Amino acid sequence: MRMGVDVGGTNTDAVLMDGTKVVGWFKTPTTPDVTSGITTAMRTVLEQTRVPAGEIKAVMIGTTHFTNAVVERKRLMKTAAIRLGLPATECLPPMVDWPPELRNTIGDHKYLVHGGHEFDGREISPLDESEIREVARDIKSKGIRAVAISAVFSPVNSSFEERAAEIIQNEIPDVSISLSHEIGRMGLLERENAAILNACLGNLARAIVESFRKALVEMKIVAPFYLSQNDGTLMSADFAEKYPVLTFASGPTNSMRGAAFLSGAKDAMVVDIGGTTSDVGMLLRGFPREASVAVNIGGVRTNFRMPDVYSFGLGGGSIVSQEPLKIGPQSVGYELITRGLVFGGSVLTATDIAVASGLADIGDPGAVKGLDATLVEQALDEIQTMVETAVDRMKTSVEPIPLILVGGGVILVSRKVAGASEMVKPEHYPVANAIGAAIAQVGGETDRIFALAELPRDEALAQARQEASDKAKAAGADEETITIVDVDEVPLSYLPSNAVRIRVKAVGDLALGTPTPALPRSTGEGATPTPALPRQQGREQPPPRPSPASRGGSE
Amino acid sequence: MRLLHPENVEDIALGAAVLGTGGGGDPYIGKLMGIQAIRQFGPVTLLSLDELDDDALIVPTAMMGAPTVIVEKLPKGDEIIKAFHALESYLGQKITATMSAEAGGLNSVTPLTVAARLRIPMMDCDGMGRAFPEIQMVTATLYGISSTPFAMGDEKGNSAILNTINNRWTERFARSLTIDMGCTALIALYATTGKELKQWGVPNTMTLVEEIGRTIRQARTSKTNVVEAVRKVVGGFEVFKGKIVDVQRRTEAGFAKGEAIFEGVDEYASQTLKLHFQNENLVAIVDGEVVVSVPDLITVLETESGEPITTESLRYGFRVTVLGIPCHEKWRTPAGLALVGPRYFGYDIDWVPVEERYG
Repeated sequence: MRMGVDVGGTNTDAVLMDGTKVVGWFKTPTTPDVTSGITTAMRTVLEQTRVPAGEIKAVMIGTTHFTNAVVERKRLMKTAAIRLGLPATECLPPMVDWPPELRNTIGDHKYLVHGGHEFDGREISPLDESEIREVARDIKSKGIRAVAISAVFSPVNSSFEERAAEIIQNEIPDVSISLSHEIGRMGLLERENAAILNACLGNLARAIVESFRKALVEMKIVAPFYLSQNDGTLMSADFAEKYPVLTFASGPTNSMRGAAFLSGAKDAMVVDIGGTTSDVGMLLRGFPREASVAVNIGGVRTNFRMPDVYSFGLGGGSIVSQEPLKIGPQSVGYELITRGLVFGGSVLTATDIAVASGLADIGDPGAVKGLDATLVEQALDEIQTMVETAVDRMKTSVEPIPLILVGGGVILVSRKVAGASEMVKPEHYPVANAIGAAIAQVGGETDRIFALAELPRDEALAQARQEASDKAKAAGADEETITIVDVDEVPLSYLPSNAVRIRVKAVGDLALGTPTPALPRSTGEGATPTPALPRQQGREQPPPRPSPASRGGSE
Repeated sequence: MRLLHPENVEDIALGAAVLGTGGGGDPYIGKLMGIQAIRQFGPVTLLSLDELDDDALIVPTAMMGAPTVIVEKLPKGDEIIKAFHALESYLGQKITATMSAEAGGLNSVTPLTVAARLRIPMMDCDGMGRAFPEIQMVTATLYGISSTPFAMGDEKGNSAILNTINNRWTERFARSLTIDMGCTALIALYATTGKELKQWGVPNTMTLVEEIGRTIRQARTSKTNVVEAVRKVVGGFEVFKGKIVDVQRRTEAGFAKGEAIFEGVDEYASQTLKLHFQNENLVAIVDGEVVVSVPDLITVLETESGEPITTESLRYGFRVTVLGIPCHEKWRTPAGLALVGPRYFGYDIDWVPVEERYG
């Protein structure tokens, strides 16, 4: 059996699954320290289901620890940012566009050194090893033990970042290093920002992984545990210690993956209505569509893979105010069960409206009997409008699309939503997010530029698919189950080469000792290149990959 | 004459997106560069045309290259300095001031870095009053000002001065050199005297973009209607309000071309607007009738936030308001229309001033 846990802004949910079957679940308020809420939820599920801890073969956790740390500027390490690019990039040093208080929290230690590549693979300037050694000594003398390294065009050629990391590791044996090309994409500042955020979360990542380990031991669970990543796949505890930023926004992703699993839909719109906010996102071949523009985290622009999610202030605890009628964004949150009218409280909430209209039977319906029928009707109209506007905003065409409703606040929506071909409220909808964590697979992704002048398109695609599959296997996927779920091919304009950027994503079931659940899996094996969504040209079309033959003026 | 500080630059970059009419490039990097340069070298003096000596030498500056590369290989910051010095010795005269060639998009803010570093003023004018995609599309061309001598420089300290027989060759050489320089370069072109600039410059455009930016910022803070505030400050007309229902795109000869279809709401319900774009928004057609076309400006703003929408980010589902803004009178001449009118961009339609339809 697997235990899935997902931490939301209002509630922490745990679910126990046997294959594809939900054995039990529990919802508890999210605690300020996050971890105690997680253990409460897990413990309660085990007690309620009376399943012995030894039956658990894997634990999957989607947590907000790391996003919270950045937003609250807490438990962040002093970090040095080293950028290889001189003489280019000098006018905009690392962290130049950060909120000053966050920059100061991690010490504002930045080093610009020579190195980096041009778009066509030429070196901007050679790597100066003695320069990097000097930087390393300075970092060491300041007692800094977290380092982020970025180099111009490292997504095209990562060799300078890797060599610099070796040199620094040699000089400072106990340092932890984040490399920008492993985390972000084209766009130097945003990629560098992601690497610095990752680096400064190093200590916290180790502490959290350790605390989860301890908690599992206390619960007598001996299974390995995994953290949810924001692309809907899992990472091992060891990996999580190195790449904590990849957990950012894993919550909405888990909900969407859970919705796909519960409904069997692969291409659909998912609305997850929580206690305070709702998230809308689109599923493409069973996975969330990725955001194509810079995503702001705690005031920092980043560009690594994130689900494209639109959030709005509607939840079960949303406060309904009158004259003018307004739903949210204020919410009573998890206090709904004491402050809502139907629970004996005095605050009119969205849940009270649902109960008053007969859509839901929760708490004491008598408490809302006296509500003005017109008010109830108008509030329902407003809720409907909020959902419809959000859904329409996330759609990519006028074509109707299946709509899956999940989350505790699903009771708020009963009428047909405009633009939906069908509406599904799957079983276990309140804990779709924890289910999404529990059923998650492991994946591998490759994202590279191929010069088609040297490699025919078919071979380039085959090579990319192989690389992605190999990475999935290395991440712990059962080889037999690996499939390609996404192929994205973008020809590059503006630049003088017949180059194409190919991104391939492969996923497979976790290789556990026991049979793994049959998951709804996209039959990606003949996946054709997907039409690219409207993209920002500046960000999504990196230049050609360097290769000896294309150096210097290929046309 | 007044001084530009970092907060002015924030507003200028915000306003520049409105006059960018969907194109012109993301001002983000240029804005950060301008702010950094001002922090390091002090505020930039903004000079109006009437404060300029007739014998002054003004050289507009801009960034050239692939947008993909500009966000990756950030500039060093002094790329243009060597090129400027080379240009000065070539012309045998000191450069008095720099200016923006286009008030819309990235290059509205590029000259700030140059002005701060060289401690020379930036002019409160530009050569378009908006954004356009090609080198010759500036009002200077209408007055016979040559784009050459054309200077360019890279972060390594290389610089070049081009003399060409026409703008086609300038474009061609500049493009080749830019690729050799790593697909980004700082350029200086259309060197002009104070007397000439008073004739061809589109006046007060830096002040205008700053005012647009400030208006957006203040309207957002006070939660008033951002779109209406922008419309007032630019002296434009509301052409349409609706929702994007379809976007078609294709790349032709290096241009991102396409059409977007908007379905009307409120008083525009049951109407349909078709927007043609090529990097910038060029022609707006409502129910088969052309309502605004180049050189008048077509700006698409998100109805709720007032955020200007670029042609790259047009997407199904956006709720938008379309504004038509009269272009500068210099474009409204036969020569101006021949250079940047609808026919130049391949649309076989006559230009009709936007205010004739809506005024």
